[in-house]
Amino acid sequence: MAKDEVVLLDAYVSMFGMRVRLALAEKGVEYEYREEDLANKSPLLLQMNPVHKKIPVLIHNGKPVCESLVIVQYIDEVWKDKSPLLPSEPYQRAQARFWADYIDKKIYDAGRKLWTTKGEELESSKKAFIEIMKVLEGELGDKSYFGGENFGFVDVALIPFYSWFDAYETCANFSVEEHCPKLIAWAKRCMERETVSKSLADPKKIYDFVLLMKKKFGIE
Amino acid sequence: MSSSSTEVQLLGSGVSPFEWRIIWALKWKGVDFEFIQEDVSNKSSLLLEKNPVYKMIPVLIHGRNSVSESLIILEYIDETWKENPILPADPTERAHARFWAKFSEDKITEPIKQAFHCAGEKQAEGVKALGEGLDILEGKIRGKKFFGGDSFGYLDIVVGWISYWLHFNQEAAGYNVMDQERYPGIDQWMKNFLEVEIIKENLPPSDEMMSSYIMYREMSLAFLNSNNKSD
Repeated sequence: MAKDEVVLLDAYVSMFGMRVRLALAEKGVEYEYREEDLANKSPLLLQMNPVHKKIPVLIHNGKPVCESLVIVQYIDEVWKDKSPLLPSEPYQRAQARFWADYIDKKIYDAGRKLWTTKGEELESSKKAFIEIMKVLEGELGDKSYFGGENFGFVDVALIPFYSWFDAYETCANFSVEEHCPKLIAWAKRCMERETVSKSLADPKKIYDFVLLMKKKFGIE
Repeated sequence: MSSSSTEVQLLGSGVSPFEWRIIWALKWKGVDFEFIQEDVSNKSSLLLEKNPVYKMIPVLIHGRNSVSESLIILEYIDETWKENPILPADPTERAHARFWAKFSEDKITEPIKQAFHCAGEKQAEGVKALGEGLDILEGKIRGKKFFGGDSFGYLDIVVGWISYWLHFNQEAAGYNVMDQERYPGIDQWMKNFLEVEIIKENLPPSDEMMSSYIMYREMSLAFLNSNNKSD
């Protein structure tokens, strides 16, 4: 039987890339990781994602799949015999997709404002970010993971953002744990999984990256 | 025929393209449902209960389940009622279908919203972005009857609303992006889409569309004027 050839075009600090790394790790899939320099995109990236020219891109036996949550679902469907990420029941699947979509719609832009704005705009950005975290904490409730007893799709969608929390908190001078202790407890629980701790970027390196970006774009 | 005897209800405004995606999917599957008309300027307690996060239509209520966000509802429908599948079976093709659905929301739906709700420079920006999104879509559809080839399916249901809605949207908001010479493939696909039986038989009446969109445009302009800006 021919061996699967799996390549991931990614960038170390990307929370979207981390989702894919994590899904592949959960499934025990061997793959080649290729770090992209986003200021100098490779011809392969431009060829494999001509529409958006963005990472992550999963290339499976030469065929590209783009958009992190699309890729995670693809991984779940292809390597279906191990560690299912989405539940099997349609309504629970719909709920998982809903919350992953909520995370996609809300967090990236809200998080970005925490290190690109200042003064009044920063204060309102902080409030908005905390509000989103509270909604997610409410949805988590007393469950171990968003999917219940088992680590799953929504956890994969959200946990990469945790690696960015140190940077967000330092730049914006606040603590997520102060407002959402249960959410942080969930994050720490996830970090105890080897697949998670080895898939997420080092928060220190992310903070250094953010400082670099602030300098590059002249953000105080 | 519905494979489940549990009642299905759809909350909608009557003219939102997102709820009509759901109507087309349910009709395609032969699922009986009750349409519940919502007044979006005066939301019902049912809507607020069933979609507490966004408080928006459409919402599909199936027994004790309530599902919101139209693309998520489409997948729920496809997984619950298995006859006449909407999404492809092959994982690679499914991934491509989901990719292009997201593309259409980000690069076509969003610019249309901007072109409709804004004026001046912001509107022009939306129209330009819409043109660029349509350029990419043109490349995808040209030479094909439907997005999946000969068979009508998921992407047609997701993107097809523009075949009917774009006209009213442009008329009410005073812009025009559908250049047949620039988009011959899209133009032909729109005609193919509107010829599909379940689509032809399930479109909101044009007079209701026009009056609703004129009203929405007036509301948007009033909002912009009260804030004294074009965005």
